[in-house]
Amino acid sequence: MLTKHQMAALVAADIPRGAFVNLGIGLPTLVADHLAADSGVVLHTENGMLNMGPAAHGEQIDPDLTNAGKVPVTELPGASYFHHADSFAMMRGGHLDICVLGGFQVSAAGDLANWHTGEPDAIPAVGGAMDLAIGARRVFVMMTLFTKTGEPKLVPRCTYPLTGLACVDRVYTDHAVFELGARGVVVRETFGMGVEELAERLEVPLSGFASAEPGRDEA
Amino acid sequence: MTTRLCADAAEAVAGIQDGATVLVGGFGMAGMPVALIDALIRQGAEDLTIVSNNAGNGDTGLAALLAERRVRKVICSFPRQSDSYVFDALYRAGEIELEVVPQGTLAERMRAAGAGIGAFYCPTGVGTPLAEGKETRVIDGRAHVLEYPIRGDVALIGAHRADRMGNLVYRKTARNFGPVMATAATLVVAQVREVVEIGGIDPETVVTPGIYVDRVFVDQVLEDRVSQEARAC
Repeated sequence: MLTKHQMAALVAADIPRGAFVNLGIGLPTLVADHLAADSGVVLHTENGMLNMGPAAHGEQIDPDLTNAGKVPVTELPGASYFHHADSFAMMRGGHLDICVLGGFQVSAAGDLANWHTGEPDAIPAVGGAMDLAIGARRVFVMMTLFTKTGEPKLVPRCTYPLTGLACVDRVYTDHAVFELGARGVVVRETFGMGVEELAERLEVPLSGFASAEPGRDEA
Repeated sequence: MTTRLCADAAEAVAGIQDGATVLVGGFGMAGMPVALIDALIRQGAEDLTIVSNNAGNGDTGLAALLAERRVRKVICSFPRQSDSYVFDALYRAGEIELEVVPQGTLAERMRAAGAGIGAFYCPTGVGTPLAEGKETRVIDGRAHVLEYPIRGDVALIGAHRADRMGNLVYRKTARNFGPVMATAATLVVAQVREVVEIGGIDPETVVTPGIYVDRVFVDQVLEDRVSQEARAC
């Protein structure tokens, strides 16, 4: 079973050199810590910036420069700024290579639920989640495979309100990596738990190991 | 009409009517026109519809306007935050309307208003609760939702610098919704840190051309506060 940082390292290793990438709030932000210094990966933040640098500290903090989580950040050489409509046009128009998002649930068909629990007293707040889910060329989800009470989060059908339909390409979890697509749910790698045990605990049909090896994605 | 340089914040927000739709720029505190919101609180207009990314934080700015029961409806992408307790309480008590809009769709609906577009089909939100009741159409094999423009009676935005023509430049991610909101309202008021003479901004770097901007107000207080915060952190 992987730690959060091990999951983040796995995602980072699968991001092609020079890719344009948006990292969602929460677990996905850890991916930035694991990108190689010479990866050339350009991070997009939806509040209007490309080539975002690491979090700002001390004298680097500038109230005019934050990420989508409103955390002060820095800029890297070659950064650019643009307004919100351009930032989301960039996303919706398919110009971002990869988006990494957190998830409450992912369905076997690649539907994503990650914005709202649907509880009667919950205040709905979507932010950029729906735009991100359908915008990037490829969408990776990072989440634990089971809830704290042991319920699977990779499910036949999402029970939480949806963020996007058939939008998830790959799911990175603490127990396994899954590819979603025309062949259904394909187990790419496992971490401690075998495919048979996974098949027992999940209610979705699983195909065996994919032929693709990690880290072989082409830009 | 030429841009008016306002002597104080009260002049900058004068004439905002009860029932107005007010677009409020900013993403978190970056680009938030705090002095203009404070002036709107003092100005007294009520029954407002506020269009902004968030629904206020803490006790100041938009949250203070909400707390005074001056807002009938909020259109935003992300009302719930760790310190959005003013909005949360009003919403749970059924005392404020909420329309949640995906962030990119929120920006594009205002862009459409400013660009004279009647409506547009957008793939964001298809199959989700936010598309319920909306017309959908399959275009090139992909489902889209019909979205209508959001037009403001007023836009209150924060920018970095203006010239006397009303041309604006922004700073870093404080740009966010400002340039889009500036196109989408009848009366556009910009709070800036400084005003320079005509010719003082390189025309190649103008982000919001002055044609969109009706009033400019220099908020020296904000500038001082920002630099103090920058030093304190």
